[in-house]
Amino acid sequence: MLELRGVCTYYGNIQALWDVDIRIDEGEIVTLVGANGAGKTTTLMSICGVTPVQRGEIFFNGQTIHTQKTDRIVRMGVSQVPEGRLIFPELTVMENLELGAYLRRDKQGIQEDLEHVFSLFPILATRSGQAGGTLSGGEQQMLAISRALMARPRLLLLDEPSLGLAPIIIHQIFNIIRKVNESGTTIFLVEQNASQALKVAHRGYVMENGHITMQDEGDKLLRNEAVRKAYLGSVD
Amino acid sequence: MPSPGFAMSTFFAEIDWRYLGELFFSGLTKGSIYALISLGYTMVYGIIELINFAHGEIYMIGAFTGLVMAGVLGSLGFPAVGILILGAVAAVVYCSAYGYTMEKIAYRPLRGAQRLSPLISAIGVSIFLQNYVLIAQSGEFLRYPNLIPDMPFLQPISYMLRPSSFLIIVTSAVVMVILTLFIKYTRLGKAMRATAQNRKMAMLLGIDADRIISATFVIGSALAAIGGILIASHTQQINFNIGFLAGIKAFTAAVLGGIGSIPGAMLGGLVLGCCESFASGYISCDYEDMFAFAILILILIFRPSGLLGKPKSMKV
Repeated sequence: MLELRGVCTYYGNIQALWDVDIRIDEGEIVTLVGANGAGKTTTLMSICGVTPVQRGEIFFNGQTIHTQKTDRIVRMGVSQVPEGRLIFPELTVMENLELGAYLRRDKQGIQEDLEHVFSLFPILATRSGQAGGTLSGGEQQMLAISRALMARPRLLLLDEPSLGLAPIIIHQIFNIIRKVNESGTTIFLVEQNASQALKVAHRGYVMENGHITMQDEGDKLLRNEAVRKAYLGSVD
Repeated sequence: MPSPGFAMSTFFAEIDWRYLGELFFSGLTKGSIYALISLGYTMVYGIIELINFAHGEIYMIGAFTGLVMAGVLGSLGFPAVGILILGAVAAVVYCSAYGYTMEKIAYRPLRGAQRLSPLISAIGVSIFLQNYVLIAQSGEFLRYPNLIPDMPFLQPISYMLRPSSFLIIVTSAVVMVILTLFIKYTRLGKAMRATAQNRKMAMLLGIDADRIISATFVIGSALAAIGGILIASHTQQINFNIGFLAGIKAFTAAVLGGIGSIPGAMLGGLVLGCCESFASGYISCDYEDMFAFAILILILIFRPSGLLGKPKSMKV
């Protein structure tokens, strides 16, 4: 469904991604784990056309997308829940959700999806008239995921959805991620929280300093000695 | 010893209510124009953090479009009200095209450059437009025909509210209500607010930021055009230079209200107009401009976020 081939991305003169190859098949949950500053967010921003790709190619359903503008890529079915959630703080929860469906015209479908996200996160329904900036961190993450789902994406990109949240909320968020995937949305999950991410993912990639250094099935990576040492903090 | 109540009643007895009313409406008239122009400043700033110093020139061009239309339509024998309305429509269309083009030529290529670059570019556009009108028209003050119909219902208060003032106040109010509803409820309005709050996120939702920025310039220019044509019918004289002072005053109004805030620009414009009017009425009209800019300095020192601007707060 999504394929990155030899992608190189720069910030000015500094190369952030080095020949990154990633493949995501329809229906999968694929995760990208790595330390802070490894290039995970850059990878997502390159997919969405926010930071331009210097060399290499990105294909989505067989079409090249690395030369497209962001709004075209979103229109093709790629939605992102960015790092830091980026809720519109002065818009209401409802307006945030409506903007998630900005490119859609099917009123009926939008209404159905609104009910769907409210059933996933009932707290959002009770807060729908409130300004987005007044929500707690966990609620904002729920809103960010819901907003992305309102676009009815075929591929959902999630950037650090667990960052800064309480364990019980993290648990809830990961359950939702699994549920969204089971209902047919392909998921690319970027995480520092490697243990959680690898547990939920079918396959995983490990990124270090802008290079992909390992790739395997999720549970195999979870048992891999090097991964355990570097990212799971347990050497027993 | 006289009671305080007695002192108060003599104080009120000494107020010249007619004069006060006159100053109030004159302030409201000016303030409405400032508000219309300052909306363009504040909306553009809200989205791309640029003070578009050429915005006052758009207002001036609006007034000139009205003048040209009056000449053409007048010679064709149109009635005054028809000229006024068609002139306003032409000014709105023409100025919108100017706003759109200006953004495309002078600001879009500088997107992503340092903040100072588009600002300098804006000053350049301002100087260019002023001189272009100076050459194309003339340096003289040009007489503007009286297009405002008589309004007999204003007769009892005609000493403090002229028909042209009435038209300015009412039109501005209507336009501002429409703008507010537009920003609040339409798809484009919501996209504009989203882009203003976080452009990157707006793009990730599929909003074409370039289109939103263009739309902002077009709407701001249309409002300035309405301001230009209204003020020209009110003062009945225009020249190539009127955009400069009006632009700076409107900028002051935008800062006063809280730059980036749409209700702030409306309030700022009205407050500034009234302050100016009262200062010139009770102190001296020589100090009118000085008062406006003293307000700008005081606001920048003591409340840089303006009357309605609020410090950004966001939970993480």
